[in-house]
Amino acid sequence: MTAKLEIKNLSHRYRKGEEFAVSDLSLDVEPREFVALLGPSGCGKTTALKVISGLLAPTSGDVLVDGESILGVPPERRRAAMVFQKSLLFPNMSVEENVGFGLRMRKAGREESGRKVADALRQVRMDGFAYRRPGELSGGQQQRVALARALVTEPRLLLLDEPLSALDANLREEMRALVKRLQREGGYTTVFVTHDQEEAVVLADRIALLFGGELQMYDEPEAFYDRPASREAARFFGATNFIEGEAKNGSVDTPLGKLRLERSASPGETTLTIRPEAVRLDESGGENSFPATVSSATYLGTQVHYELEASGVVLRAALPPHVRLKKGDEITARLPAESLWALE
Amino acid sequence: MNVGKKRHNVWLVLAALVVVVPFVPLVLWAFAGEWRFPELLPTEFSLRGWEEVFSGGNRVPEAVMNSLIIGAAATAASVAVGLPAGMAMGGYEFRFKGAVIFLILLPILVPPLASTMGIHLTFIRLGLSDTVFGVFLVHLIPTVPYTAIILTSVFADMTGEMEEAARSLGASPWQAFRHITLPQAVPGIAVAALFAFLVSWSQYILTVLIGGGSVITLPMLLFSAASGNDPVITSVLAILFALPALVVLVVALRFLKGDDESGVIGLGKPS
Repeated sequence: MTAKLEIKNLSHRYRKGEEFAVSDLSLDVEPREFVALLGPSGCGKTTALKVISGLLAPTSGDVLVDGESILGVPPERRRAAMVFQKSLLFPNMSVEENVGFGLRMRKAGREESGRKVADALRQVRMDGFAYRRPGELSGGQQQRVALARALVTEPRLLLLDEPLSALDANLREEMRALVKRLQREGGYTTVFVTHDQEEAVVLADRIALLFGGELQMYDEPEAFYDRPASREAARFFGATNFIEGEAKNGSVDTPLGKLRLERSASPGETTLTIRPEAVRLDESGGENSFPATVSSATYLGTQVHYELEASGVVLRAALPPHVRLKKGDEITARLPAESLWALE
Repeated sequence: MNVGKKRHNVWLVLAALVVVVPFVPLVLWAFAGEWRFPELLPTEFSLRGWEEVFSGGNRVPEAVMNSLIIGAAATAASVAVGLPAGMAMGGYEFRFKGAVIFLILLPILVPPLASTMGIHLTFIRLGLSDTVFGVFLVHLIPTVPYTAIILTSVFADMTGEMEEAARSLGASPWQAFRHITLPQAVPGIAVAALFAFLVSWSQYILTVLIGGGSVITLPMLLFSAASGNDPVITSVLAILFALPALVVLVVALRFLKGDDESGVIGLGKPS
C-alpha cells in the first residue's frame, strides 16, 4: 500500500504575471517516510500539498508515485487522503458516517466498512462517539475523527495540512504522539505541512524547509541544528549568532580572533554560526575563548538568555539559570570548536 | 423573569399586533352575514361567502388549480436555473461577476410592464399567449432572480473546503456535490423555492398580460371580486390567497430554526 513520492521541478503560480507560490521544488519521499514541509506562512507549503493531492494542477513540473506521474489522475483516484487545519467533518453526517465516507464512495461492502470504521475509531480512541454529530465534539475530538476518516481509506499518501495548529498546547502534544504512532503503525508515506519547527522536529524523519516557494534545505531534523545549509535555515531554527570571517589553514580569522573549527571550512570568506545553547563561559581561557561584556540578560525560568558583546560582535548565549550574570559583567566566553559551523 | 425580558415581551406582543390586527376585519368580513355602517361588529354571521366560493359553478377551483400548477412549475424551473447560478456566483470569483449579478437582478428592477409588452408580441407569434405554459414562462421573469440571489448567499457561505476534503477521500465531483454540498444547501434551497412559489402565486399583471383572460389564476379572481361590491366574497378569496404565505412562513421558520447558519434568508452577500 505504501508508496514512494517524487516531486520533480514543481512550480506553481495562481495567476499569470504573479510570483510563483512554489518554484522549482524537487523532493523525494521514501515509502513509509514522514516528511515535514516547514516554512513561514505564504512559503508555498500548502500549495505544494494541494498539488500532490490533485486539488491544484501545477503550472509546471511533475509528481510521481512509485515512478508514475499522477498529474493526470483526479484527486479521488490518487488515494492521497488529506487532513486539514479545520476538521472539515461533514455536518450532515454522524461521526460513524463521516469515517465511513471514503469507503462508501468506493462502494465497500457494508460489513467490511462497518468493521474498518469501528477499527479506525478505536485507533483514535473515539469509539463510543460513533453516533454523535460533529457539532457535539470538541476541537481535539473532531480532529481525531478527521484523522480516522483519512486513515480508514488506507491511503497511499497521507497529506496533513497543519492538522494540529488549531488545537491548544496540551492537546497538540497528545495529538502529535497519536499522529506519529498511527503513521508508524500504518506505514503511510506522509507529507506534513507546518510552520512550527518544533512540531516538524518531533514528528518528521526529514524536514523540507521552504522560503518564498523555494526549497532551502532538505535533511534530517538534527542537520538543521548541527549543520544548517544557509543563514535563513539557521535563523529559522533559532541559531542567531553569525560571525563573519575568512577561512585559511583549518581556522577562521574573525573579529573575535582566530577560531578553530572541528569541521573544516573551505578557504575564503565565510560566515560562522553557533547555537546560543552551545556558547560556554570559561574562566580558564583556552581554545576559541575571548573576553566579552554582558549587555543584557533575560530570565526565562529554565534558561537565561544573554547578549554578549565582544570586539563589536553581538553574540547570544542561552545558559542554565544557576549561572547568574548581570548586565555589565566582564566574562570570558568560549565557542567550542565542535559546535562552530561554517555556512556557505 | 427580569424587567428587561418583560419589556422585550411587550415589544414582541406589539409587533405581533401590528401584523395581526389588519387581518381582523378580513376574517370578520369573511364570516359576516349582516354588517352595516355604524355597527362595530357584524350583526349576523354566516358561511355564505365560503359556500359560494366552494359551491362549484364558479371559476375558483380552476383558478386555484392554475395558480398551483403554474406556481409549482415556476418554482421547479427557477430552482433548476437558480441553483447552478447561485453556485457559480456564490462559490467562485470570475471576471465581470458584478455585471452578471446585475443582469440577473435586472428583471426585478425593470418594471414588468415595460418588458412584458414586447414579450407578449413574441408570445403571440409563437402561440404561447393565452396558454398556461406561456404564463408559467413569463412568471420566471421575477422568480429566477429571487432564487438565484438567495442561493448565491447560500453558496457564498460555503468555502469549498468540505468538497476538497471529500475529493481527497475518494469522492468524484458529482459525489461531493451530491453527498456534501447539496445536503448542506437544502435549507437554503427550500427557502428559495418557497420565495419563488410566493412570487408566482401573487403574480397579477404578468398573468393578465400573457394569459389574456383565458388563464384564470387566484389573484385575477381576487382582483375582479375586489372591484365588485361583495366584500364577503372578496374576503374569503383574500384569505384563500394569503393561506400559502402563512404556510410558507411557518415552514421557513422551521427550516431556519435550530440551524445556526440562518444566513440563508439574508440577501446580503451577493458578491
